[in-house]
Amino acid sequence: MIWSKRNILSHSVTDKLVQWVLRFGAVIAALVMLLILFFLLRESWPAMFQLAPARFLLDASWHPLEASYNLMPMLSGTVLASIGALLLAIPLGLASALFIVFYASAHLATPYKRLIELLAGIPSVVFGFWGLTTLVPLITQWHPPGASLLAAILVLALMILPTITLTAFSALQAIPDEFLQNAAALGMSRWGMIYGVALPAAQTGIVAGIILAAGRALGETMAVLMVAGNVVQHPTTLFDPIRTLAANIALEMAYAMGDHRAVLFVTGLLLMLLVMLLAATAGWLRRNNQDWSSSA
Amino acid sequence: MTSNPAQSTQINRCCDNAFTLGPLQTGPACCDPEPVIQVKNLSLQYGTKTALENVTLDIYRGCITALIGPSGCGKTSFLSALNRLIDLIPGCKVQGRILIDGNDIYDAACDVQALRRQIGMVFQKPVPFPLSIRRNIALPLHEHGIKQRAEVEAIIEQVLRDVGLWHEVCDRLDTAAHSLSGGQQQRLCIARALALSPQILLMDEPCSALDPIASGVVEDLISRLRGRYTIVIVTHNLAQARRIANYAAVFWVKERAGELVEFGQCQHIFETPAHELTASYINGIRG
Repeated sequence: MIWSKRNILSHSVTDKLVQWVLRFGAVIAALVMLLILFFLLRESWPAMFQLAPARFLLDASWHPLEASYNLMPMLSGTVLASIGALLLAIPLGLASALFIVFYASAHLATPYKRLIELLAGIPSVVFGFWGLTTLVPLITQWHPPGASLLAAILVLALMILPTITLTAFSALQAIPDEFLQNAAALGMSRWGMIYGVALPAAQTGIVAGIILAAGRALGETMAVLMVAGNVVQHPTTLFDPIRTLAANIALEMAYAMGDHRAVLFVTGLLLMLLVMLLAATAGWLRRNNQDWSSSA
Repeated sequence: MTSNPAQSTQINRCCDNAFTLGPLQTGPACCDPEPVIQVKNLSLQYGTKTALENVTLDIYRGCITALIGPSGCGKTSFLSALNRLIDLIPGCKVQGRILIDGNDIYDAACDVQALRRQIGMVFQKPVPFPLSIRRNIALPLHEHGIKQRAEVEAIIEQVLRDVGLWHEVCDRLDTAAHSLSGGQQQRLCIARALALSPQILLMDEPCSALDPIASGVVEDLISRLRGRYTIVIVTHNLAQARRIANYAAVFWVKERAGELVEFGQCQHIFETPAHELTASYINGIRG
């Protein structure tokens, strides 16, 4: 039995040095993560303890200065905006990735991919600014007030589109040529090959990209804050303004004190819980699909 | 038998008629050759490099034709020209004609998907799709319009029995095809090709990536397929070619382009070669 992880079985000084440097790095990364979690827990502790957690669900409204702390409208706003953005961005992103890998000629594929990479590099505040000055007025013309769930969904979709496209692209690109050769030799059409072989083969990578994008959508603050209207309410139509959990923290952090401040930390904790739930779902999906995609 | 009853029923269900290749239905015997593939003056070029020069060759129905010769002499290119898989390679030019049952497959009117359905191909490295065993065979069937569940299941069982894999996998058809051993994967790939009931099978060194035992199993399978399918097999294993093939074609590199130097009945090629290159190749002096 060789415990290569515990003991690299090398007496070389370089190996030992590298081992210690890597260990140090790994410990720092883990510590930072744990410290953030600890800090969030500590700061939100007073709220969790002194106010019953049920109050975040059952309070009449979000009026922190009057000690009314219902977080549910913001939770629904966050989740709805993210789901809407994913519903738009997943088909578009997958279609773009399939287009680049299987349909576009080389002359078109490279500049198109560069364009998507460029989209990924735009800072979120620029997306927000564009949304505020272009998108929101357009929606206002259609259906006031303009700053709304719809605006948030559109801006978020645009922001997560490159993540989905580029991860799906890498996953599809990594499929061994042999799969495609074998599929072609069986007389399968291009679409049959994509649907039957390429997508299942790239599934893990594509799902990982979607999870990453969903995480970004849930936590996105600046752009959403600029276009969503920030009214705390359960949206009933796409044109209702919403406030997301992340935007709530950014908006009120400056003046929050006491319980109010602690509840904002609870908001952060809730956001983190959402992302963790997402990661757990991803892990579960991967375990269920391990049979197909591993050892490929 | 001392095994417990439950276990033995399980085994019985799986092992009855492990091989079920029924009586021959089609085609005259090899002693009465009828060409099914006629290759006329075929030349292949990759960009400016000529891979194959002026090959003329008939391949007979129901026989196993082995393509032998040193590496890089265009055997694999020749094979992939037969099902137009060579179309996938950018910059490849084909000259000459290939007739299958009298139809020119490089004609503009030729339906390539239908052609490839008629011509199965097995590669050197077994490549099961990253799907279950069942779905590996069902997928191409669905693609070619065979969607009735009962029919698909029947074909899956039939072809798995034909390749002798049924009793090994019948209780785990829904597990990943990648969990099979290399030899099993290769037989699954052969089964997948057989599922479309092709009349021709192209095999590109189907045994060379397998261990000796698995290689023996696949070789036996190939001999068993003789008569039901027209088989063209590329092999570097001369002993194997001698054991299984009815006809052999010897390719050689001349002036940087692959060429056919000799074609004839396998026995003649190995015992009384007409060409000196053939003689030195099969005796291990060159190549």
